[in-house]
Amino acid sequence: MPYEAFKDNEYIEQLVEELRASGTNVIVGTFDKLINWGRSNSIWPLTFATSCCGIEFVSLGAARFDMARFGWEVARASPRQADFMMVAGTIVNRMVPVFRRLYDQLAEPKYVIACGSCAISGGPFRKSYHVAKGIEEIVPVDVFVPGCPPRPEAMIYGIMQLSRKIKVERFFGGVNRQENREEYLKSHPVEEQN
Amino acid sequence: MANIQDKIAKLFPEATFEEGEFLLINIPDEKLHSLCETLRDDEELSFDYLVTIVGMDWKESLGCVYYLTSTKTNAHISIKVSTTDRENPALTSVADLWKIACILEREVYDFFGIVFVGNPDMRRLFLNIDWKGFPLRKDYDTNPELNPVSIENERQTDDTYVYTRDEKGNLVKNVSKVFEEGDFVVNIGPQHPATHGVLRFRTAVDGETIKKIDVYMGYIHRGVEKLCENLTYPQTLHYMDRLDYFSAHNYHHGLCMCIEKAAGIEVSRRVQVIRVLMDELSRIASHCLFIGTYCMDLGATTMLFYTLRVREQILDIMEKTCGARMTFNYSTIGGVMQDLHPDFVKDVKALLAVIPANIKEYNKVFTGNIIAKNRMEGVGVLSREDAISYGVTGPSGRASGWACDIRKTDPYSIYSELDFEEVTATEGDSMARFKCRLAEIEQSAHIIEQLIDNIPEGEIQAKVPKVLRLPAGHWFQLMEGCRGVFGVYIESDGGTSPYRLKIAPPCLNLAAVVDHITRGDKIADLITIGGSLDYIVPDMDR
Repeated sequence: MPYEAFKDNEYIEQLVEELRASGTNVIVGTFDKLINWGRSNSIWPLTFATSCCGIEFVSLGAARFDMARFGWEVARASPRQADFMMVAGTIVNRMVPVFRRLYDQLAEPKYVIACGSCAISGGPFRKSYHVAKGIEEIVPVDVFVPGCPPRPEAMIYGIMQLSRKIKVERFFGGVNRQENREEYLKSHPVEEQN
Repeated sequence: MANIQDKIAKLFPEATFEEGEFLLINIPDEKLHSLCETLRDDEELSFDYLVTIVGMDWKESLGCVYYLTSTKTNAHISIKVSTTDRENPALTSVADLWKIACILEREVYDFFGIVFVGNPDMRRLFLNIDWKGFPLRKDYDTNPELNPVSIENERQTDDTYVYTRDEKGNLVKNVSKVFEEGDFVVNIGPQHPATHGVLRFRTAVDGETIKKIDVYMGYIHRGVEKLCENLTYPQTLHYMDRLDYFSAHNYHHGLCMCIEKAAGIEVSRRVQVIRVLMDELSRIASHCLFIGTYCMDLGATTMLFYTLRVREQILDIMEKTCGARMTFNYSTIGGVMQDLHPDFVKDVKALLAVIPANIKEYNKVFTGNIIAKNRMEGVGVLSREDAISYGVTGPSGRASGWACDIRKTDPYSIYSELDFEEVTATEGDSMARFKCRLAEIEQSAHIIEQLIDNIPEGEIQAKVPKVLRLPAGHWFQLMEGCRGVFGVYIESDGGTSPYRLKIAPPCLNLAAVVDHITRGDKIADLITIGGSLDYIVPDMDR
């Protein structure tokens, strides 16, 4: 997909700008590029779906939409082996602790895509007594994919955006993303479990 | 109907009757159990299938409406019990008469706080044990601070409660345990690829053999029934798409029929034909995905690609007409949203042309496979009696030899004019459930064949008042979803939104029966059995 065809280039450019401002060593920068090239082309999703959006995710994996073209087809059932989590479906009160635990179990570096209006804001169930109003309250989100459910094409676009984000990340001594998340997790702590 | 009434009036002089679409028996709580027993066991009546229990809050009283169906005569009857005690409401349990009643009563307890005396497992079903209030009561406090979204793990316990009455008639709460002392309990789910969504099984195992499964639901309970109470009738429709997203058209159709019945709206024949066409296309698409995911559960990953080929073709047809791939929102009250796309007939014929070859291929690749046979045949046998007692309907019930297809037993829309067979089997095992669905694809294709060349001209939308009010009263509509009998109950107080909208989903029964049919089987068979029942978790949780 050509660069101009993407919608929110300003955001990516701002990330690049941040990177430039902090300055990069030539050697480390080259390694960064190499590693990011590898990582951004083989991001593995966690098989995680609660409702309708999950079925579109199944379609995405099948022959017609074929996410294997982009290196995303290795859907892992265990969070420890996955790179990103496509939150496909509504997250309700009872699911919240489980969902947060799954996120905590993902190995670093980890990313989250909020897929569909339920994951973004609660969607049509926002006024319910038992629905979390968007997953951003629970975990940091990297990409939002709107739709109810989003078409598989929209999901492809969303994961491509994630892959672009990974490409402009600093792997060595990276500060931009990790630091933000540490702050986030501090402000959203999990109580000690026995 | 009249002789049933006479018979009951003779046996239970305290019962009062209301005529409606079904006979409604008002009975005091003390007589409920013996009335139910009579209705179930009497040779002539034999109301042996408990369709649903509708919990109700009538403000001055709390209560339940039981819907019963006779599998012999296909007659329907309903029973109403109520209690005026809002602090400690208690009714008599019928869990010993129908096995499904146990879980249905737990649902009523969860939503209304009505305790059922004699139910062996009186716990909350969907909500946390520390949840404050009963959400479907009219005086429920919706303040989110009372029940905040928390990232701390919910409190878990093995305790369950059994309520009994002592000699003086006072309620006694006895603690019992879900699992026995020393049981080895393995937790499966909610995040597990083979539970088809976020369902959790707490499985007590003895070595590899399953001793007991405690089905733990509520991980996708979205409170649809409560949401509907604050919306107008046309607004409630779109939630039906999001319950069982494979039966989106069917569920929509069901709720529309119920509202149309209540409001006295006639729909044109064209609309009926379009709706039936869409229902049957959904059924094919749904069964295709079932075959794909089920085979994938059993390790045959390739089948998913074969079956999704047909499903994608159907989704294309739907998309052209409805504008969406999954949540169509197509049926409206009194009609459908848009007219059929000009390509519809051509596309459907192209689909019908490829279906026989595809089914042949599925059979060749999978059904006859020796590994598939060994894993499915004789695994998870459900007898006809248990299927009825648990209310397991749809292809899963028919595989046990229970002819429970609403399209045949209570034909709605234009099904009575159509020629199709009700697929049944007698084995009741996983293989029979799988084969029933395969055969249903052929029958659905046969229905579509009959209709596709005869779509009559006509209006696609009947005249419906801009602000729709239903007269005060209550209505119950049954229809055949892709996974079984879908029931919808509407009670209206004459306003623009339902006073109570109860959804009776087929998948709750399918999940409830898992414990019964997996006992004594190996833990690896749990995947086979669960997959063959084909439950959809958002449908059971609502």
